[in-house]
Amino acid sequence: MSKAARTPRSRPVFLNLAHITLPVGALTSILHRLSGVLLATGVPVLLYLLQRSLGDEADFADTTALLRQPLVKIFLIALAWALAHHMLAGVRHMLTDIDVGSSLGKARRSAWSVNLTALAIAVLAAGAIL
Amino acid sequence: MKRGPTGLPAWLVQRASAVYLLLFLVFVLASLALAPMHSRAAWLQWLAHPAMRLALAIFFAALLAHMWVGLRDVLLDYAQPVRIRPYLLAALAAGLCGLGLWAAAILLRIPT
Repeated sequence: MSKAARTPRSRPVFLNLAHITLPVGALTSILHRLSGVLLATGVPVLLYLLQRSLGDEADFADTTALLRQPLVKIFLIALAWALAHHMLAGVRHMLTDIDVGSSLGKARRSAWSVNLTALAIAVLAAGAIL
Repeated sequence: MKRGPTGLPAWLVQRASAVYLLLFLVFVLASLALAPMHSRAAWLQWLAHPAMRLALAIFFAALLAHMWVGLRDVLLDYAQPVRIRPYLLAALAAGLCGLGLWAAAILLRIPT
């Protein structure tokens, strides 16, 4: 260990967030968390839609009309991205648990794949929903 | 106070629920994409199948367990000051219990 690393004064006392470059794995990790929170906000909304769809014919028609609302569509596209990212990052995590792809190079490549594939799925979902 | 490792049950619940959620959601999304249901009759018939009712009940249980571990982690990592944490965790637990009761009521409303 170098002398600088042992001296407490040499620690970065003030972290400027704009100057920190996030490694791709860290980006995947924080997006995993963010997508999880976003999905959690979707649960009551989707439960409401499910409940509404179980009523009579008018309720069912109302539900399908709700799904055609622009704001609902945007929310569903956001949920599609979140679900894709959360699932892919989760699978990546569980593969790491059993020591598949946990070397740095492979982990970086899989992190890129997760981030980009989730975006691609979101674009496909947007195409299907809009 | 004697304390052993505390993270293992949460880790196991998160992984086990994750596998079920993954399989069930892929099945549901693939089914809906391959055979979109535009009529109420087809929708209700799909949901009313006994296997689907059971799968949905397990899904909601797995979902709530998974949400508990994940959102609890978020609160444990970020909620400041520390003394408000027990209240936030209690509010989260109450909210998830509420969602569970609501989901159960919805499942029971699926007509046979």
